[in-house]
Amino acid sequence: MDTDQLIRTLTADNAYRARPIGLALMLALLAAAPISLLIFFAELGVRPDVMTAMHNPFFDLKFAVTLALAASAIAVSLHLSRPEASLRGFGWWLLIPAGILVAAISGEMMMPQRTPMMTRLIGKNSMACISAIPAMSLPLLIGALYGLRQGAPARPAVAGAVAGLLSAGLAATVYASHCTDDSPLFVATWYTLATAIVASVGALMGKRALRY
Amino acid sequence: MREREDEWTDLMRSAISGDDAAYHRLLKAVTPVLRAAARRGLARAGQPVDQSEDIVQDILLAVHLKRQTWDANAPFAPWLFAIARNKLIDALRRRGKRIFVNIDDFAETLPGETPEPTASPGEVTAQLQALPARQRDVLQSIAVDSASIKDTAAKFSMTEGAVRVALHRGLASLTAKLRDR
Repeated sequence: MDTDQLIRTLTADNAYRARPIGLALMLALLAAAPISLLIFFAELGVRPDVMTAMHNPFFDLKFAVTLALAASAIAVSLHLSRPEASLRGFGWWLLIPAGILVAAISGEMMMPQRTPMMTRLIGKNSMACISAIPAMSLPLLIGALYGLRQGAPARPAVAGAVAGLLSAGLAATVYASHCTDDSPLFVATWYTLATAIVASVGALMGKRALRY
Repeated sequence: MREREDEWTDLMRSAISGDDAAYHRLLKAVTPVLRAAARRGLARAGQPVDQSEDIVQDILLAVHLKRQTWDANAPFAPWLFAIARNKLIDALRRRGKRIFVNIDDFAETLPGETPEPTASPGEVTAQLQALPARQRDVLQSIAVDSASIKDTAAKFSMTEGAVRVALHRGLASLTAKLRDR
């Protein structure tokens, strides 16, 4: 097939319209979400004292951190799906959840505490946290990568890592309603570790899946 | 050069709002620029430049299948050159060469230096044979026999919609085969 013939063929396909990437990503995440929720309700469930916990600002701050991570990673993912885009000028979005976390830690430091710092940091659910968040993230990550395949990222591994952040942010939002450790020190340690695991898996998977 | 790139942007805008003739003109207009840059990249990597046409076709396929990632409010050329650079690096890597490809290779190509293809490209043609029969027949009918979608539909007693689907799927799987080879 010579190039003129190829061009004629591509022209014949001009009427085809692909889904916008934002829509493709949203649909793929919606398709994957029930699997993650199934894992959550089968293995963990919402903590029994959730109604009282909601009055604790540090319980609520967990959601602020995880939702900020999910939202900023979604924005960065969509940005990176364009071939000429890079993290430059956009990477700082990902610092928003970290900023909230630092503010929360300083807030907690200023308040009198009944339990020592290390006890709060280690908590009671560390192992559940670093296994449940990655497990619930995996279906979301696969969905996100599937949706993002519509895109054309210049660096597939970086785009895959951000897709990992996105799925970890969503999974951690659900997990936070189960976990009874509300200290920002716990969140900064174990949620971050779990998120890093998912981001690494995302980078490895994205490297292949997001090549175009 | 600025004028040329503005013209590309206008053509692409018309193309995505459904103007096939504008799309055809755009692809014809960018091809010599891509060809010159591909040759330069190959030459710098010490590779025979007669393989440039395979790279050009690779780039055109990616441009076509990733059109939805172009922001219609942004200029077209940077987007095009980003895809072209990616495909050129890929092609050189596949040949075992690691080379820094400068984006200016594309931007600086003057309209005057527009070599014609030397060797006929083989990679797309080879992968075409590996496609499912229906997709291959439709692609061959439209590409090689220059049949319209309507004529192709009549020839294979398919609906025009089915021809369009087979055409698009054929192009997508062709690209996937080229990428994963």
